[in-house]
Amino acid sequence: MRLGLVIDLDTCVGCHACAVACKEWNTSGTTAPLTDYNPYGAKPSGVWFNRIRHYEIGEYPYNKTVNFPMSCMHCENAECVTVCPTGASHKRPEDGIVLVDQSKCMGCNYCSWACPYGARELDRVSGTMKKCTLCIDRIYDMEIPEEERQPACVLTCPAHARMFGDFDDPESPVSRAVRERGGYQLMPELNYDPSNHYLPPRVHAPIPTEGLKKKAGAKVKEWVNRVVER
Amino acid sequence: MHAALAVIFLTLFSGGGFGLMALVAIVNDLHIDGGLSPIQTLAAVILSLIFVTIGMLSSTAHLANPKNAWRAFTRWRTSWLAREGIFAVAYYPFAFAYLVWTFVTGAPDATVGLILASLAGVIGLITIFCQGMIYAVLRTIRQWNTALVPANFYAMGLAIGATLLAAVRIVTGESAGVFVGIAIALIAAVAVMKAIYYFWIARPSGPTIRTATGFNRFTVRILDQGHTFGTFLTEEFGHTLARDKARGIKLMMYFFAVIVPIIALAFAVAYQSAVAAVIAAVSIVFGLGVERWLFFVEAQHVVNLYHGRQRC
Repeated sequence: MRLGLVIDLDTCVGCHACAVACKEWNTSGTTAPLTDYNPYGAKPSGVWFNRIRHYEIGEYPYNKTVNFPMSCMHCENAECVTVCPTGASHKRPEDGIVLVDQSKCMGCNYCSWACPYGARELDRVSGTMKKCTLCIDRIYDMEIPEEERQPACVLTCPAHARMFGDFDDPESPVSRAVRERGGYQLMPELNYDPSNHYLPPRVHAPIPTEGLKKKAGAKVKEWVNRVVER
Repeated sequence: MHAALAVIFLTLFSGGGFGLMALVAIVNDLHIDGGLSPIQTLAAVILSLIFVTIGMLSSTAHLANPKNAWRAFTRWRTSWLAREGIFAVAYYPFAFAYLVWTFVTGAPDATVGLILASLAGVIGLITIFCQGMIYAVLRTIRQWNTALVPANFYAMGLAIGATLLAAVRIVTGESAGVFVGIAIALIAAVAVMKAIYYFWIARPSGPTIRTATGFNRFTVRILDQGHTFGTFLTEEFGHTLARDKARGIKLMMYFFAVIVPIIALAFAVAYQSAVAAVIAAVSIVFGLGVERWLFFVEAQHVVNLYHGRQRC
């Protein structure tokens, strides 16, 4: 199995609900807590597994806002695991999830240097590195209904911009989405082979705004609106 | 990159200590300029031990959770950091044994002593290689991902060691012409190697904001980073240095690490001046400390692309 996420950049509205749901679930999960520093002060900061950035793609008038959620990509070539001197960082052979064993981590930051995607954040209070677990404490929980055995971010996304599944199965929804929509990996030139894929925005036919022929009914309506006083 | 003093001290001092031990072994093995006297050998090995210990202690100071530091020796199959830790610790018994041997027998050039010194020296040199590889394997930081990094660590560790050794020789009042010659040659090598390195990293290459987001054929501009104030990522990786400011600091680095030590060493050997020899040693350690600070601050991690940097 190769579990991971597919993120649809076409439908993501950039609401940060995935990040909030992630924080809520995981702050009481296996790598809890996700410490906040100075949460009610002038400069709040803290540990998050999921961060959303916003970019402008292209030049006006052919530009577009793209919202960009990022979390651990659960790479096949996870250098963060290779460089870890303590064995705290590991990649599970059975499903490819990259985890940090909180009881082994010594907080040297080296894995965060090796990660190109900024997926790892040091918790200053516990002194250990923390990262996305793909909600490992949800997806294998036999006590909850099967349709809820998905990462918190995927369940909460109001735009259905996130999908969770097995990339090793060519007919899984994630594999099919990547195949049909031209899903891609970030910074492929670094050869980390991330599991998470991104679906590019769909190419829509432009909606014409000028030189439109108005229908007869619309003309009448316009005339009535002008004539009738309210 | 954030330049933590603890990490700067780690490679700076332990590199110098390992370089010194290697040179002590070479000088006594080959009997260069008559070899070192027992007093000089003791002083040099103690200095080496002090330097390595400063490095090792400060390396634990930057750990957020040092109670797990002992685990850092377990993943030597894949991690250069683990290998570095193992070799650094392996250096101690041999260096200590050589110290005790020299103290007890007063014969630093006896066969048993030379074997101990050579083993300590070789292990030290291996440790320097591991330290360089810690940085050189990171594909995420193009300024580090080059074979020049371990090569430079060798040049700088040996230059510090040679300067310390020449200083020991001069302070103990013996002729030091050969030792000063070795030190100046190694300092010149550092100057050239660092110049090659700065030339090498001057041109941007590698991932850009386009490949980072996958929009390879469009301009990509950040609209919002998605966080109100700093995160771990901006604190750890966000540091940069303006080009003109970096140039000034590089000149300062060359002044303290190259020019002052060479002049002070030449003066020291000409006038048998212990003060000048000590000035040379202090100056090169300070100058290469500045170099190590630059090494970190100039390193630009690719995660900065996601925070709006167009290239690294």
